Amino acid sequence: MGLWETITGRSRPKLANLDSLFLVPSAAITLQTAAGLTPTGDGSVCFRAATGAGFHQAQGDVVELLRGVADAPEVQTSTDAFGFTWLQVHRPPDDTSGLCTDLHAVNTTLESAGFGPALLCSLIPFEDATGRRVGLVYLYKKGTFYPFAPTGPQQRDNLLELQVRDTLSAELPIEPELSGWLALWGAPGL
Amino acid sequence: MTTVMFLLGALLVVLVAGIGLAFRSPGIGLLVAVGGIGFAVYQWANSDKVAMRAMRAREVSPQEAPELHGVIDRLCALADMPKPRVGVADTPVPNAFATGRSPERAVVCVTTGILGMLTAEELEGVLAHELSHVAHRDVLVMTVASSAGIAAGALTQGAQYGAFFGGGRRDNNNNGGLPIWLVVLVVSLVVYAVSFVLLRLLSRYRELAADRAGAYLTMRPDALASALQKITGGINQIPQRDLRQVSAASALCIAPSISGVSLKTLTSTHPSLEQRLEQLARIQAELSRPSS
Repeated sequence: MGLWETITGRSRPKLANLDSLFLVPSAAITLQTAAGLTPTGDGSVCFRAATGAGFHQAQGDVVELLRGVADAPEVQTSTDAFGFTWLQVHRPPDDTSGLCTDLHAVNTTLESAGFGPALLCSLIPFEDATGRRVGLVYLYKKGTFYPFAPTGPQQRDNLLELQVRDTLSAELPIEPELSGWLALWGAPGL
Repeated sequence: MTTVMFLLGALLVVLVAGIGLAFRSPGIGLLVAVGGIGFAVYQWANSDKVAMRAMRAREVSPQEAPELHGVIDRLCALADMPKPRVGVADTPVPNAFATGRSPERAVVCVTTGILGMLTAEELEGVLAHELSHVAHRDVLVMTVASSAGIAAGALTQGAQYGAFFGGGRRDNNNNGGLPIWLVVLVVSLVVYAVSFVLLRLLSRYRELAADRAGAYLTMRPDALASALQKITGGINQIPQRDLRQVSAASALCIAPSISGVSLKTLTSTHPSLEQRLEQLARIQAELSRPSS
């Protein structure tokens, strides 16, 4: 925040950084070859639904847009305990780039309706042969990724997370602060 | 409360001016000013500890208060700001505050009273308001502003002595004029009163700014509005009862609220509930406008 914004107390809502999401397909290949983690085909966008008709309309537009194409993915929305909305998209597991295009469509539609600041994160879950799951989380406001591997209620597999970080650190901008690796308990797809 | 504080401050000003006059030196005023500003800076630098101790709050870890930390985590991720420490004060008074010398050293504190009173959404609105105080560096802004008030007071005292001695050189007779001690006292008090009102004005402005930023952060101005109504006990200000149920006796009591500048609106640290709800309603209207 700039000096003038601080003095006047008129901070602007932080806009989302949407670009890095397209780095995910190549990262998915790296994860598969180096760590045996394959995409589950799920992907979700977590955002804050604003009150009123404007946001409701924008969210309707998003779902319509996703369902409108020929190879439409499965789309569903849910609300979590913190009042955030998760828009989930499901495609065949090998179509990670299609999934990212879908997620990007969600982001750009919300952003063009003026709700870019409402975007919190995006989540793409991966699974290995033993059933361990780890989600690749993209923080829109920072433009960074981090892994999140829940093993139970309020428990996460830190070793797996660090392994994923080390595997992907050359390809993705990884969130450097470990305290910024926000836990997303009960996130869909994990 | 405000009146008592104002009178105490005024008494202090009189005392300082009196001491300055008694010793006939502007140095006393300067000394007190330096001391006052030093104290303000000390308070700012240690605001997290001082406020936590004053409210008997203790810091809570994510394990102790997972929901509270979860809400703050998400709000900080939305706003892209460092996460402050979180405190809980064990008192039934519904309240929340944020202090700290910088966003990196900030602490956000809520009372158990507010935790019990508000729903999750309303609590989130309140926390977003407090986080906006942190992001706007309001502790620093208010410290600088009050130091400026103290400095202005010191300058007037210095200037009076300058005029006193300067006048002494030119025309040392003070014939027919007011006694000099009275002039010094009155001017000091006027400067004090003006800075008091201005500080309160600034504080109200910062509160509205935090309301606005908080509402845009959560995108739920209505949650903050209902939280404010609950906290201020103003839930009765906009009646929930049907107009037809209102008895004849109380119908006689309905008076138009007197709007305009009163002493209360000039000297309170927070804007009136009405003003805050009005702003939140404007934000709500803006957010819910359908995109064409």
